[in-house]
Amino acid sequence: MKFKLKCHEAEHVCDKNQYKEAGFWEKVVLTLHMAYCRACRKYTVKNSKLTKVMQNSKVQSVSQEEKEALKEKMAQQLSQQ
Amino acid sequence: MPSNNIDPTKWVDSYSDYLFNYTITRVNDRDMAQDLISETFLAGLKSMKNFKGEASERTWLIAILKRKIIDHYRKTNSKKGKAEVHINYKDDESEGDWLEERVADPFDKTAEDQIENEELGEAIFNCLSKLPEKQARIFKMKTIDNFDTEAICNEFDITPSNFWVIIHRARTAMASCMEKQWF
Repeated sequence: MKFKLKCHEAEHVCDKNQYKEAGFWEKVVLTLHMAYCRACRKYTVKNSKLTKVMQNSKVQSVSQEEKEALKEKMAQQLSQQ
Repeated sequence: MPSNNIDPTKWVDSYSDYLFNYTITRVNDRDMAQDLISETFLAGLKSMKNFKGEASERTWLIAILKRKIIDHYRKTNSKKGKAEVHINYKDDESEGDWLEERVADPFDKTAEDQIENEELGEAIFNCLSKLPEKQARIFKMKTIDNFDTEAICNEFDITPSNFWVIIHRARTAMASCMEKQWF
């Protein structure tokens, strides 16, 4: 266990935290780090903003299988042309 | 002077998410949206010769898609009787219930929210398309499709620390891109 994080480690924990995958201790040291590191505070604000926007947007993506099916359809059409 | 080339083999990977999102905010039905984009791609293939290269491929595909969506609206609108309001509160007890039912739902999305959401989705996919392909795919799987870290690592054959480096790069790029486009 360590108490002091380097900035790149703090960013790593912050990234994990965006997906709720940071451990309890990691969160504690991150808070500690942010108490004195302005750059990482800024990074965290930006990062959480992105997370929030992604959640709010409710974007959906096309799954890989659906993409393959689309490609196949197109290949068929191309071979007929 | 044709400045944009056309390459249908890349369409699905490059544009399907963008087009899909564009459609789903307008037709509100996953399957329907799927059908519409597949029709769009096929129509695009057919009229490839007409592509002059003046616009980007994506703009051109969106133009086709818009037509398809309008056609879809027309079809659903021509099914008659849908707009009729049926009131079947006949017994005394439930009389007046319809009043309550017709009151505007305060939790309903307002038109402005809807529009904002459409634009937000477009901005997100715009930014995503600027990332390197692998980064974009991994970020999408993690953030939009909510896959487990482990599952993604297995699929791409990378270590977790590799994965987090990719996510970190993607997030930083996305954040600054969104900063310019959205916030």
